[in-house]
Amino acid sequence: MAVTKLFGAKVKRREDPRLITGKAIYTDDVKLPGLLHAAIVRSPHAHARIVGIDLSGARQTPGVVAVFTGADLAGKVGPLPCAWLIPNADLKTPPHPAIATDRVRYVGDAVAVVVAEDRYSARDGADRVKVDYAPLPVVTAAEQAVAGGAPLLHEQAPQNIAFRWKVTGGDAAAAFAQADAVISQRFVNQRLIANAMETRGAVADYNPNTGDLTLWVTSQNPHIHRVILSGVLGIPEHRLRVISPEVGGGFGSKIFVYPDEAIVAFCSRELGRPVKWVEDRRENYLVTAHGRDHVTDVALAVRRDGTLLGLRGRTYANLGAYLSTAAPGVPTILHGLMLSGAYVLPAIDYEVVGVFTNTAPVDAYRGAGRPEATYLVERLMDLAAGELGLDPIEIRRRNFIRKEQFPYTVVTGITYDSGDYEHALDTALRMLDYPAWRERQRRGPTDGKLIGIGACTYVEICGLGPSPVAGAVGFQGGLWGSAVIRVHPTGKVNVFIGEKPHGQGEETTFAQVVSDELGVPIDDVQVIYGDTAVTPMGWGTYGSRTTPVGAAACAVAARKIIEKGRKIAAHLLEAPEADVRFEGGRYFVEGAPSRAKTFQEVTLQAYLAWNLPPGLEPGMEASAFYDPPNFTYPFGTHLCTVEVDPETGGAAITNYIAVDDCGRAINPLIVDGQVHGGITQGMAQALWEAAVYDDRGQLLTGTMMDYAVPKASQVPLFVTARTETPSPHHPLGVKGVGETGTIASPAAVVNAVLDALRPLGIRHLDMPLTGNCIWNAIQQARMKTKGVSP
Amino acid sequence: MKRAITVTVNGVTHHHEVEPRLLLVHYLREVLGLTGTHIGCDTTSCGACTILFNGLTAKSCNLLAVQANGATILTVEGLAQDGRLHPIQEAFWEEHGLQCGFCTPGMMLSALQILARNPDPSEAEIRHGLDGNLCRCTGYQHIVNSVQNAARRLKAEAVPAIPVTATAQSAGGKGGR
Repeated sequence: MAVTKLFGAKVKRREDPRLITGKAIYTDDVKLPGLLHAAIVRSPHAHARIVGIDLSGARQTPGVVAVFTGADLAGKVGPLPCAWLIPNADLKTPPHPAIATDRVRYVGDAVAVVVAEDRYSARDGADRVKVDYAPLPVVTAAEQAVAGGAPLLHEQAPQNIAFRWKVTGGDAAAAFAQADAVISQRFVNQRLIANAMETRGAVADYNPNTGDLTLWVTSQNPHIHRVILSGVLGIPEHRLRVISPEVGGGFGSKIFVYPDEAIVAFCSRELGRPVKWVEDRRENYLVTAHGRDHVTDVALAVRRDGTLLGLRGRTYANLGAYLSTAAPGVPTILHGLMLSGAYVLPAIDYEVVGVFTNTAPVDAYRGAGRPEATYLVERLMDLAAGELGLDPIEIRRRNFIRKEQFPYTVVTGITYDSGDYEHALDTALRMLDYPAWRERQRRGPTDGKLIGIGACTYVEICGLGPSPVAGAVGFQGGLWGSAVIRVHPTGKVNVFIGEKPHGQGEETTFAQVVSDELGVPIDDVQVIYGDTAVTPMGWGTYGSRTTPVGAAACAVAARKIIEKGRKIAAHLLEAPEADVRFEGGRYFVEGAPSRAKTFQEVTLQAYLAWNLPPGLEPGMEASAFYDPPNFTYPFGTHLCTVEVDPETGGAAITNYIAVDDCGRAINPLIVDGQVHGGITQGMAQALWEAAVYDDRGQLLTGTMMDYAVPKASQVPLFVTARTETPSPHHPLGVKGVGETGTIASPAAVVNAVLDALRPLGIRHLDMPLTGNCIWNAIQQARMKTKGVSP
Repeated sequence: MKRAITVTVNGVTHHHEVEPRLLLVHYLREVLGLTGTHIGCDTTSCGACTILFNGLTAKSCNLLAVQANGATILTVEGLAQDGRLHPIQEAFWEEHGLQCGFCTPGMMLSALQILARNPDPSEAEIRHGLDGNLCRCTGYQHIVNSVQNAARRLKAEAVPAIPVTATAQSAGGKGGR
C-alpha cells in the first residue's frame, strides 16, 4: 500500500465552496433557451376507472402549449420496468404505464401532463384538466389486500400477491421442538417518506435534427437512468445523455426511474423544445417511492441460557400500487438474508409476501431492508432477555459470532467478511458507563421520569457487489465500481467516476485516495461525476457502496498509473524496472535516492513521447472496473438512554452513543457526518415519522406540516466512536458507513423506551413511539393493574 | 396586470414589472437568476428558501414578489464579499455543517439572525433558533457546531453578523400600493 498522508485525515470538503456560496447547480437551476414547463395531472382517487378526460379547458389556458394523456404515449413510451427480478418467488410484474390510460391505482398516479411557457401557466392548465373517474374499492394494508374479497389491483397478480419468497436454513422445526422458550411477537415497521430536501425534477432537451436527448435528472445513478430510459423511450443509449447535477439528498428515493422523467422526455421529443418538471413537496409525498411498510409475525426459539436456536416468521411487505425499480429485492435479499444479525443462529424458516395495494410504490429508503431486519432481531433479543431474566447485553454477548470465526457463513447463506462485535460492544458500554446507568435505573426515578437503556448490535451488508451475486439474486445490473484517472501533461489529475455522490462527500474522499496513491497534492486532483457523456459506466450510489467499490476502483486505477510511470521512469533512469521504487510522488532507484524523477516529470514525458520504452503507448490514463470479491459487513453497537415522562408519554433521549466499525475510515469528519444523519433518520422512525393513509387511500401525512421530519431541537447530541476491523478483501480495507446509523438507531431507541416501560408491564409497542402512543400504553397498563378494563 | 417593483438585493437595486402572483422565491431565482435560494416544501416548514428581508429572516416561497417592493434583501449570494467568504460560510465549511447543501443557504441566513440577536448563544438556543430550517443529511450536530464556530469568528473579528448592506431599509414595503 502506498505511503498515505491524507487517508484518515479530516480534510475539509472540496464540494463545499460552491454549496455555501449558492453557486451549485441543482436540476431546478438548469435553464435553457426556449424552456417549457410541465405540470403533471395526478389522480385524486386511490382506485378508479378513468371514464373520460376533457382537455378543452386546459388547452385554452393562456400559455399552455400542449396537453398529453396516456393515449398520446401509446407506442412511444413503454411501461416502466422492474429491475430486481428475484428468483424462486413466482414474481409478477404487471405493467406500469407512465401515464394511466384506463385505471388509476393510487393517489398521485399520473393521468395527463400539461406543458406551458412558464410554470404558473402549466399549473393553471393542469387545474383545468377535467377527468371523469368511476371510483373502485380501495385496499391500503398488505394483509387485507391478500385476504379474500379484497379489491384486485392487477389481473396478473391474484390475491394482490407480487411474490412469495422464502429463506430457509438449518432445521427450524427441530430448533423449536427443543427450545426452552419461544418468543413470539408481531412487529409493524411503518411506512416512511424519504424527504430529500430537494424534491425530484427533470429537464429534457431533445434535438429533432440529431435525435439526441439530454436529460438532467435528480438521480443517484445516472447510468442506470440512461439504460432504463433508453428502453422506455426507445432512444438508443448512445443518443441519450443523462446528467445529474448537484443532487440535494436522495436516501434511496432518487435511485429509481419514475414515470415523470419519461413523461418529460416524451414532451420534449414531441415538442422539439426543452421541458422542465420539478416536483412540489405535495407530489413528492404522493409519488416519490416510500420506504419500509412491513407487518411481521415472528418467533424466536431460545435455550434457557439465552442461546439462540432458530427463528421463523412471515413478513407482509406492502409494495404499493406498482413495482418500483428495485422493490422486490428490498424486503427479500436485503432483509431476509440479514435475519441472523450479529449472531450464531442455527436455523431460519421465513417467508416474505410482497403485496400490491392502492398506495404509492415502496422501494429502498436509507438502509433498505437492513433496518427492518435489525429491528426484528434486536427487538427479539430484548424480548428474549426479558423473558429469560437476562441482561440485554449479556444475551447479545453470549450469541455473538466471535472474531476468530470470520469469515463466517450465516445460515441464510451469505458470508460475513470480518468482525469483532464484542470489541465494539465493550467500547460502547465503557463510553456510556453502562453499569452506572443500570444502577441509576434500579434506584428508581427521583423526578417521576422513567429511565430506559437500549442497545442495538447490528451487522450490515453493504458495498453491494460482486456482480455474479447480483445476477444470482436477480438484480438486473452489475455492482462494480468504476474510475478513469486522466493525468494531464502538467501532472494535474482528473478522476472520472461512475458513482454519483449526492451529499456524502466522496468528491473529497476519492480525491484523498488518489492524492495519496499518486503522491500529488490534493489540490491537483479533481473528481468528476454525474454525466454519462464523460464518466465511465457505473451503477450508482446506494447501499453504502460508493466508497467500498468506488474508492477501490480509484485506488486500482491509480496503481495502474503508477505502474506505467514506473516503466517510463526506469527507462529514463536507465535502471531495471524492478529496482525503481515509487514513494512520496517520486520514482527513484533503490539504494540511490538521488537518481529520481518526479511523478510530474514522468507524466510530461509520457505525453511528449520523445523517449518512451519500446512498445509503450503515450499518455497517462488508466481505468478500473472494480468488482469486489464479496460484500462488506460493517457492524457496531449503539446505546441509547431515555427518560419517559409518564404524565405526558414524552420520551426524551438523554444519551446516544454510536460505535461503528466501517473498516478503515478515509475521512473521519465525513464518516461522523454520515453517522449523525443516519442516526437521526432512524431515531425519527422510532419516535416520530410515519406515512399514514386513510381507508380511502388518501395520504393524511401529505405535507411537511403533517409528517414529522425532526428539527434541530428534537435531536440530541451524538457521541460517536469507531473500532477498526478492515475488510480483508478490500484494497483499502474500507467497508461503508452511509446507512449504519439508520440501521441501528430504531432498535436502540425503541429498546430504550420499552426498557423504561418494562416496570409497567408493557412488553412491546409499535413505532413511532409518539407521546400519544406511549401515554395511551401507560394509561392502559395502569387500568389493567387497577383491574379496570380500558 | 403587472406591477412595478423596486427591490434591493445584495446591495443592488432592481426595477421590474411582475405578475402579482409571482412568488418572491421565483423572482429571486428566475428573474434575478439568484438560484442559491432553494424551494423545499411550499409550506414554510423546511426553510430552504430563507432570506433576510429588511434584516429579518423570511421564507421567500411564502411571500409575493410585490410584497418585496421597497425591501432590502440578502440572499446567500450576498454573503461573501470582495472575494472573501463570510464567517458563517467559513464556519459551515470548517465544521462540516452541510452534506448535500440544499438546505445550507437558508440555514446560514437563519444562523445569522440567531447571532445578530445573541452573539453568544447556547447550544439549546441555537437548536431552537434553527427549528424553522430542516436538514435531512446532517443530524444537526455539525450545524450547531458551525453556528458556534461562526460566533467565535464574529467575536474575534468584531463585525456584525448581518452585513450592513442587508439591513439598510429603504422604502420599507410601502411602494406598489
